[in-house]
Amino acid sequence: MSVRESTSTRLEVDLANGGDTGILPVAPPVRRRRSSVGARVEIAVLVGPALIVFLGFVIFPVVMAAYYGFFSWQGYGPPTDFVGFRNYITILQDPTFQEALTHNGIIVVLSLVLQGPVAILLALLLNRKLRGQSLIRVLIFVPYVISEVVVGTGWSLMLQSNGAVNGLLEKVGLGSFSQDWLSNPDIAIWTLMVIITWKYVGFAVILFLAGLQGIPEELPEAAAIDGASFWQIQRHITLPLLAPTLRIWAFLSIIGALQLFDLVYIIWGQYISSTAGTSTMATYLVANGRNAGNYGYGNAVAVVLFLISLIVALIYQRFVLSRDTEGAITEKGTKK
Amino acid sequence: MTALTTPAVALPPATPPAPIKTSRRWGTPVAYVVAVLVIGLMLAPVLFIIIGGFRTNAQITTDPSGLPSVWNIGNYLDVLTGGTFWRLVGNSLIAGLATTLGVVLLGLMASYVLARYKFRGRGILYAMFAAGLMFPMTVAITPLYLVVKNLGLMNSLGGVILPQIAFALPTTIIILVPFLKAIPDEIQEAAFIDGCSRLGFFWRMIVPLAMPGVITVGILAFIASWNSYLLPLFILNNDAVFTLPLGVQSFASQYSVDTAKVLAFTSLSMIPALVFFALFERRIVGGLTGAVKG
Repeated sequence: MSVRESTSTRLEVDLANGGDTGILPVAPPVRRRRSSVGARVEIAVLVGPALIVFLGFVIFPVVMAAYYGFFSWQGYGPPTDFVGFRNYITILQDPTFQEALTHNGIIVVLSLVLQGPVAILLALLLNRKLRGQSLIRVLIFVPYVISEVVVGTGWSLMLQSNGAVNGLLEKVGLGSFSQDWLSNPDIAIWTLMVIITWKYVGFAVILFLAGLQGIPEELPEAAAIDGASFWQIQRHITLPLLAPTLRIWAFLSIIGALQLFDLVYIIWGQYISSTAGTSTMATYLVANGRNAGNYGYGNAVAVVLFLISLIVALIYQRFVLSRDTEGAITEKGTKK
Repeated sequence: MTALTTPAVALPPATPPAPIKTSRRWGTPVAYVVAVLVIGLMLAPVLFIIIGGFRTNAQITTDPSGLPSVWNIGNYLDVLTGGTFWRLVGNSLIAGLATTLGVVLLGLMASYVLARYKFRGRGILYAMFAAGLMFPMTVAITPLYLVVKNLGLMNSLGGVILPQIAFALPTTIIILVPFLKAIPDEIQEAAFIDGCSRLGFFWRMIVPLAMPGVITVGILAFIASWNSYLLPLFILNNDAVFTLPLGVQSFASQYSVDTAKVLAFTSLSMIPALVFFALFERRIVGGLTGAVKG
């Protein structure tokens, strides 16, 4: 290891620097002071670039969205026509938005209900020693890796009224079940749920498998010795130990469902999605904001979407994630 | 994991686990059947797209769910020999690689500070980056578009790359910080005793030790960039700078009557991400394990 190249002065500074490591518990005050300046420079140099990019392209636009939301503004020149909360009132009273919000709610619930149990069962089954396990994992993850545009294009071709799905149904003698899968408002949201489940269940499985592999083998083995059956072991040992992973997954799923955009926009487009009953807050945002040229209004929608996500996230954090005093992604002792 | 209630099963004192081997085998055939079924369901739509590309439009119209009667590679050859596809791949590659490089570099540096320096405001800094998870690009898309426009980056890949780096930072930092925290202090002390500076320690020890996490976040960033749709939709309005998702969509609407060609184009465009994932699958799963275990 060629770590000895550094000069001796550097060494002293760094040792004083690393006071928390307990090497030099009592450093001379002057030295300490200089070193803490050095540490600050290091911190600034290391965090600076990330911070600038993050502030410039995430925080600043978000803050500006909140600001523009108070204006009636077509995007030309600086916004001047201050309208207070009028955009927000219009949004909340707009039945089209209420529908979109309802759809988001349905998608949140159905995503959890459909993907969760399926993914848990698959992960439990795949967690055992199987030949070709890594191949199976890759293949289950395939839909997650494929882009939304490809998924959307492929599925919309398959689901056309003269597409492959109806063709297949006819072939196996179930022609009476063939449907206008995409534009029938009674069915479209279920079609969307099938596509969402198909696309994202692999992610849940991989996440759960990762969680399962963190469970020490001794526990199920001990239970097996005590005569517990396979499903008893899963129910009473594996699932409780998997709970932190489940809670994180549910969180990611909820947030993702609230912000769903790509799939709906690609398959249904901005106009059909609302008549087919698959519009979401995000497609409403793009359709009524940028596409309609109402930048102020669009930003107000963005703020509403954000606030709803935030409230849901905070509630979830408070009542569900807080159970993991030390769990998954949440840091111990770090109040996020 | 320590916080979890231990299941109400008394652990017998160190019994050799030899006899269990047989009981672990239980149900394996079921697992295989389920696995095959699930994989069939997962792959069917993908196969439809790939196989459809080998058919002709006449075949697709008369029998939308059939196999090609004659495997016809003309659609694929057309796409591969036309310039459009390769230009899109090139643009997506540039955007993906630049995003990945930027995210890894900036994310690693920031995570190192957050994981291993003690200073006032560290908690707030971490919380701020973590809070970035709450801001999806959708929320900020209009002002983001204006920022990019004011920077003169409209219709250039840079206008896609910079925001993508910014929005990938929260995930990256959240995954990397535990990795860097897990590196034992003893290694750091030993390195310092040997005369290694903090920055030297960063390059010589942290970067290699954090490699599994780095590869994971790199791959996630690359795939996210490769598949990204909303941002390019706003920023790129010019065919010449289109990335693959935009290209696929415009191709699909431009050739909407030529279904077979659209399918060929679509299936070719998903290959790179699939290859990339297949190569690094172990790393991705490993990285997720690290992140989940905290």
